[in-house]
Amino acid sequence: MSTISVIEGSMAVAQAVKACRPGVIAAYPISPQTHIVEFLSQFVADNEMDTKYVRVDAEFSAASAVYGSSATGVRSYTASSSQGLLLMSEVLYAMAGTRLPVVLTGVNRTVSAPITIQPDHQDTMALRDTGLIQLHVENSQEAYATHIQAFKLAEDHDILLPVMVCMDGWILTHSFEPVKLEDQEKVDEFLPPFVPKYRLDTKNPLTYGAYADDEVPEFRLMMHFAQERAKEKIEKIAREYEAKFGDYFGGLIDTYRCDDAEIVMVAMGSVIGTLKDAVDKLRKENIKVGVLKVRSYRPFPGEEILSAVKGAKMVAVLDKSLSVGQGGPLATDVKAALANKQAPPVLGCIAGMGGRDMSMVLIREIIEKSQKAITTGKIPDIEYIALKRQYLE
Amino acid sequence: MKEIRIHGRGGQGSVVTAELFAIAAHQSGRYSQAFPYLGGGGERRGAPVQAFTRIDDKPIRIRSKIYEPDYVIVSDTTLIKLVDVTAGVKPGGMVIVNTEKDPMALGLPKELDIRTINATQIAVEKIGRPIMNTALMGAFAAFTGEFDIESIKAAISQKFSGAIVDKNVAAAVAAYEQVKSR
Repeated sequence: MSTISVIEGSMAVAQAVKACRPGVIAAYPISPQTHIVEFLSQFVADNEMDTKYVRVDAEFSAASAVYGSSATGVRSYTASSSQGLLLMSEVLYAMAGTRLPVVLTGVNRTVSAPITIQPDHQDTMALRDTGLIQLHVENSQEAYATHIQAFKLAEDHDILLPVMVCMDGWILTHSFEPVKLEDQEKVDEFLPPFVPKYRLDTKNPLTYGAYADDEVPEFRLMMHFAQERAKEKIEKIAREYEAKFGDYFGGLIDTYRCDDAEIVMVAMGSVIGTLKDAVDKLRKENIKVGVLKVRSYRPFPGEEILSAVKGAKMVAVLDKSLSVGQGGPLATDVKAALANKQAPPVLGCIAGMGGRDMSMVLIREIIEKSQKAITTGKIPDIEYIALKRQYLE
Repeated sequence: MKEIRIHGRGGQGSVVTAELFAIAAHQSGRYSQAFPYLGGGGERRGAPVQAFTRIDDKPIRIRSKIYEPDYVIVSDTTLIKLVDVTAGVKPGGMVIVNTEKDPMALGLPKELDIRTINATQIAVEKIGRPIMNTALMGAFAAFTGEFDIESIKAAISQKFSGAIVDKNVAAAVAAYEQVKSR
């Protein structure tokens, strides 16, 4: 029997990872990831998991340890945030290039400076081009489901890439809400043991991380092709999860009241629920708005976004990070996906960086700026939402 | 939807209180969400913290902070000078303060419905430590009628184990009965 109880988002992730039976977990604690790995190390210490938990001196070592264990054919997991994820980044490039199906949780937190523990998407955005598949989640139940889906996706022989499940720190990891935990037996049926395509084996020696010159472009391209194949697999696995457990949170994207929407707000992560409530409120005022959740940031679902927004008058993209010198990375990707197509214009909005609360007031500001852009036909390169001008002086 | 905002200091159990309210709501067949706001560098003992609980008959999607609470709980009166604890309280809302003082002696806006309970004293008597959150929960149940005392007791039993369960249940019940007998 599945059970529903009020638990912390971090516990939902820890329970999902436990149910996936990884052989190795290596992690170094950093807020707001800490509770996840504390719960997991407790499970291991209490013999609730048959897992080697490797305590390491830093995140570079955590990523290196799961790189090694995954290469020997063992299901492996890690998690980090902010500076910790960045310290992993060299290893994550190697992990993706070596096609190791590690699953990690990227608990989103602002990157220093200035130093803060508040959540935004700057950290996982910095890992955009590693080759990791990146899936963003909206609530604790989706975090639970997506970790189970992530192992299945990563270990698929057509994919073989690390998958990072991104979740907003504090807002999700430290929220308590009802979460349904599934039967171990059913999870085992959904996610059979990891069958490596290749692995380090003394009886059948091979080399991981060999030197290459001429083959480099094709190696990188093959990662890209695997991500292209992942587009279909992400949707397929989400539907298989639905068939098994009854829950569906979207495949590459999910949409809410977009069909006749004049303004579609595009966003990722924990703000999606707040946006859905805002849409219901605004629709009562006869403002036709909808929400498009980007669930898979890499691979990027350009075609799916185009088909969902093509009837709108404005696409307002919410970015919780800033590519300094360019703008919001999500808005940049959406603009690229809609370029040279019959598509509505895109208004890139920077909102919620450094944990600035995504309140109804901010969402109204986004809608008002979108309406103004529709009426005037003037679309600024970037809109800054809830800007506090006193700090600029 | 009913929204509760708790003002406390790091280490006083404000986040646990919010969590226990969420569990109690779930126990009584409602949806709930609880979360903290840890500003100014995080989880420091003594620093002002806020914790929030939402309760509804349908699944809860919104995740912004609570700006217009139905109920405010103030765990520590020294916060009143530092934080605008009554900001945005809904008309008809209620503010519950942990103090031995009279509601009118707190310097809070007179038009608000302010109730007081000496939860610290109850906690010292029943638990042996000034951890006042479960006593505040008992008082909250009696003042607001949002929870029956059984669901508060069930939440405490689910969250804790061992001897502290009985002590915290005793604190919650004592506060509940003290309010009911007024």
